[in-house]
Amino acid sequence: MAEAQAAAPAPNPADDRPLSALRAYLLLAGAWARSARQYRASLALNTMAQMLTSCLDLVALLVIYTQIQTLAGFTKPETLYLYGTTRLSFALSDLIASSTDLLGDAVRLGTFDVILIRPVSTLAQVMANQFTPKRFAKTVPAAATLGWAVVALHIHWTVLKAAVCVGTVVCGTVIYIALWVLANLISFFSPDARETANSVTYGSELVTEYPFGVFGKPATLMLTFALPLAFVTWQPSLYVVGRTDPLGLPGFLRFAAPVVAAVLALLTAAAWRGAVRRYRSTGS
Amino acid sequence: MRVYMTAARLSFRRYMSYRSSFIAGAITNTVFGFIRAAILLAVWKQKPEIAGYDASDAVTYTFLTQALLAPLAILGGTTELSLRIRTGDVAVDLYRPCDLQGWFLAGDMGRAGSSLALRSLPPLVAGALVYRLSLPAAPVRWLEFAASTLVALLISFAIRYLISVSVFWTLDERGAASMLGVVGTFCSGMILPLGMLPGWLGSLCYELPWASMLQVPINVLLGAQPGGFAAAFGVQVLWAAALLGLGRVCTAAARHKVVVQGG
Repeated sequence: MAEAQAAAPAPNPADDRPLSALRAYLLLAGAWARSARQYRASLALNTMAQMLTSCLDLVALLVIYTQIQTLAGFTKPETLYLYGTTRLSFALSDLIASSTDLLGDAVRLGTFDVILIRPVSTLAQVMANQFTPKRFAKTVPAAATLGWAVVALHIHWTVLKAAVCVGTVVCGTVIYIALWVLANLISFFSPDARETANSVTYGSELVTEYPFGVFGKPATLMLTFALPLAFVTWQPSLYVVGRTDPLGLPGFLRFAAPVVAAVLALLTAAAWRGAVRRYRSTGS
Repeated sequence: MRVYMTAARLSFRRYMSYRSSFIAGAITNTVFGFIRAAILLAVWKQKPEIAGYDASDAVTYTFLTQALLAPLAILGGTTELSLRIRTGDVAVDLYRPCDLQGWFLAGDMGRAGSSLALRSLPPLVAGALVYRLSLPAAPVRWLEFAASTLVALLISFAIRYLISVSVFWTLDERGAASMLGVVGTFCSGMILPLGMLPGWLGSLCYELPWASMLQVPINVLLGAQPGGFAAAFGVQVLWAAALLGLGRVCTAAARHKVVVQGG
């Protein structure tokens, strides 16, 4: 803790250009990572536990496919592709932004005041808080699963397909980062409500791991047009694995993920600024 | 005995004061109940019966796991003892004229009780509003379920207590706790009903203590426990006795050996 604070960026008085948000984030996250490394054995076990935890749902998926051949019309490699892209996007968003779920503590204890007085982006500080390298662990099984799915699918690659595949993970990561921040904004209003935010973040992850046919038509429409989880992987993946939309939604939606991600990111930034402006300290 | 009852009651009252956190938890359990129910229903649509469960049983199982997740601390963790060992406060606990394990068991029962009271019903009710759940009408079945769940709570505590006691030697249990949490989450039947697991994996999970923690009480309620209630309950009691006994042995060893932290 002490070390992390010591390493927190001190603005150079000679140069009143404030630290950019990205640089501040990297500096703070690096400081926290050094702090986490002090407990080597615990960090190692925690990292392994993270890796195993992130394999639990994979095992569940494989077990499901020992019972049946297709799930909502999707074969095992096809579902694995949805799972792999979801997991990789979510793991990257978790790496970058999952510290937002500590926001409730900062609000309750009043330490958010300290965040406000530093001349550095508030969101960067919140996202870097208590960063730990164990979060890298989740990306490994996720990337491996995606690789496995891609090999098993025998996709006939084109430049566009490859771009959509990479874009799926990039846009998925952005959408999930936005969800981490948006969901945890609830902590400004009810600091104990962290678990509600978890149901949005981890719940969304679970949803996008499966073909949307599982959830039925009304839920799928809602997940496309209200809470746009369909664009994390479902819509772009229909194009990559070469399937038609079971609901017959228009084809341009397969390529709409970047737009959705950009709009969501802008909305999130605005919502964050609004919430911070309304923040009232818990007092001394 | 009175002192343990009082400790449990006070712990219950203390946890009951975190209302908003319970509401948040109940919402989360409900959301996950619906997502997992939809996934399992899609599986059961292809195959109407798996391991003695029909589609309605599978949905009921899903909401029951969500209802019992928090009281039984399925995702792992420790007891309040861990932090007290790390800070040295355990010195106070060791001075108390009552049993260390009994004291923390009482506290944990209070925690579990508050969680059962505030967090368990909402997911079940929400599930019942949308799906036809196959909950039994016979009161005997519910009594058996209550007995089975009570022993499951003891097993859950016993495992977490063992992790806590290890802090006397290791000073940091978080890595070990999360590893056991992963194993427990899977082997308890939290992710999928153990009956769905293929051959050897399913049998292995049924042999481990975690099955007695979640899958067995749910099977008892659904009337789907292979071999019936009595045999399964016997195994549960054996696991509880063995794990609590092991906890006692470790506590005694710690008392002899260990230097208390802090100053």
